[in-house]
Amino acid sequence: MIDVAAVSVTYGHGASLVRAARNVSFHIQAGDALGLVGESGSGKSTVMRAIAGLIPHAEGRIAIAGRVMPNKRPRESRRVTQMVFQDPYGSLHPSQTVDQTLAAPIAIHNLDNAEARIMTALTEVGLGREHRFRYPHQLSGGQRQRVAIARALILEPKVLLLDEPTSALDVSVQAEILNLLTRLRRDLGLTMLMVSHDLAVIAHICDRIGVMSRGELLEMTTATDLAEGRVNHPYSRQLLRANRGFDPSGVDVDVTA
Amino acid sequence: MTEAPLLSVRNLRVVYPGDDGDFRAVRNVSFTLGRERLGIVGESGSGKSTTGRAIMGLIASPGRVEADHLQLGDTDLSTITEAGFRKLRGKRIAMVLQDPKFSLDPVMSVGKQIAETHRYHFRSSRKAARQAALEMLAAVHIRDPERVYDQYPHQVSGGMGQRIMIAMMLIAGPDILIADEPTSALDVSVQQQVLTIMDEMVKSRGMGLILISHNLHLVSSFCDRVLVMYAGQIVEVCDAGKLHEAQHPYTRGLLAALPELGHRRAELPQLQRDPAWLIDLPAAVGTAA
Repeated sequence: MIDVAAVSVTYGHGASLVRAARNVSFHIQAGDALGLVGESGSGKSTVMRAIAGLIPHAEGRIAIAGRVMPNKRPRESRRVTQMVFQDPYGSLHPSQTVDQTLAAPIAIHNLDNAEARIMTALTEVGLGREHRFRYPHQLSGGQRQRVAIARALILEPKVLLLDEPTSALDVSVQAEILNLLTRLRRDLGLTMLMVSHDLAVIAHICDRIGVMSRGELLEMTTATDLAEGRVNHPYSRQLLRANRGFDPSGVDVDVTA
Repeated sequence: MTEAPLLSVRNLRVVYPGDDGDFRAVRNVSFTLGRERLGIVGESGSGKSTTGRAIMGLIASPGRVEADHLQLGDTDLSTITEAGFRKLRGKRIAMVLQDPKFSLDPVMSVGKQIAETHRYHFRSSRKAARQAALEMLAAVHIRDPERVYDQYPHQVSGGMGQRIMIAMMLIAGPDILIADEPTSALDVSVQQQVLTIMDEMVKSRGMGLILISHNLHLVSSFCDRVLVMYAGQIVEVCDAGKLHEAQHPYTRGLLAALPELGHRRAELPQLQRDPAWLIDLPAAVGTAA
């Protein structure tokens, strides 16, 4: 469903050129979920944004559902991939109701049956009729993220791109959203790409997990291998250890400015 | 605990007046802190940060702090004024916040900011304060303190910024450090470094530490004792290592809702909130030490 081949993303030029992603390749089968983990600046979000078409890629090839994506995306290709962002407080327009938020993509893509589509999307994410005419500030954090997911689903995409979808949420709300994502993937046959710094969250949703650092995809592993510590790269091991909580052993605390 | 506690709190309440009557953001909170690492966990809105801010005297009007007893060593915090708190903050009790980007002054070099704390509390000379600041930077494992001294906050990384905050908070030798989500804005590998440094400083100086966090794994692996807060109250106190044996349904629900590496469940159990958890608890819950 998603084919990423030797993709590089660069910012700036000349001496100030930054290679935010270098030679990244992976493939996601239809209906699979792939996760990318890494620290800030590792390039995981950059790769996701390049797939979403939010930023141009300098080299390599991105194909979605068998079609090679140019940097300038045709409008109908955006229906295939939709994205959910980290912070539902920031990604929803504060002065638009849920109804307006969900109606916008329908209008942009000239789709019919707006009424039915909105109700279906709301039902899919577990929101009711009573939430439809509320503003974001009248919703809880979890409900807002449900609205953001509904907005992504309303175009009936094949691919859902999830950029840290639960890291702004409390643990109990995170569980609700993770359950929702699991159910949507199963019921709608969605292909998912998820970015997170939380190994446990990513291993809950994804079967295969790519570890990124400094713009490079260091290794591709599975949720099972990761859980059993079968990772090769020292950096992956460091991530694993940090996931278990505080462990001062082997921490090098000295830094140079 | 044989020696007198560093901090003793009995029946702490933080109240914000509202149109529908007073809102009690923190209520019935009692605990003591010795030379130990005490964790406070809870979700957003549970009152964990407000508790920390109340101890620091940082609750702004119209919010009110009330307590039967709020004692820092030999000082009764419930009677002192803002001017009194200014003398205590930094000297006796200090606080590290989540994001160094927002807690450091962007237009003053980081070294000067650290030295300023020293000058304020010890009335020291410029030279002595500079020397003390350089020593603190070295103590938080910054290898080239001279260079970092003259850097501005935008020139340092998040982990470095948090080390600088710790240096600034500890330079006047407080008895208690309150760290409110000190590593949530940092990458995991840097988190470990910052926690290791904090641990080292707290141990070597015999300080008491209150670590406020939403991260259950982090708190249970770092602290000695954990207070679990829900809706403004302490619902449970556990030994940190025994958090997984927690009894309260809220704590158990939170632990169960966490996805776990190597233990993938088709569905995560969602927290079922019981209205009974909101009922006022006897104020003595947190004092069990």
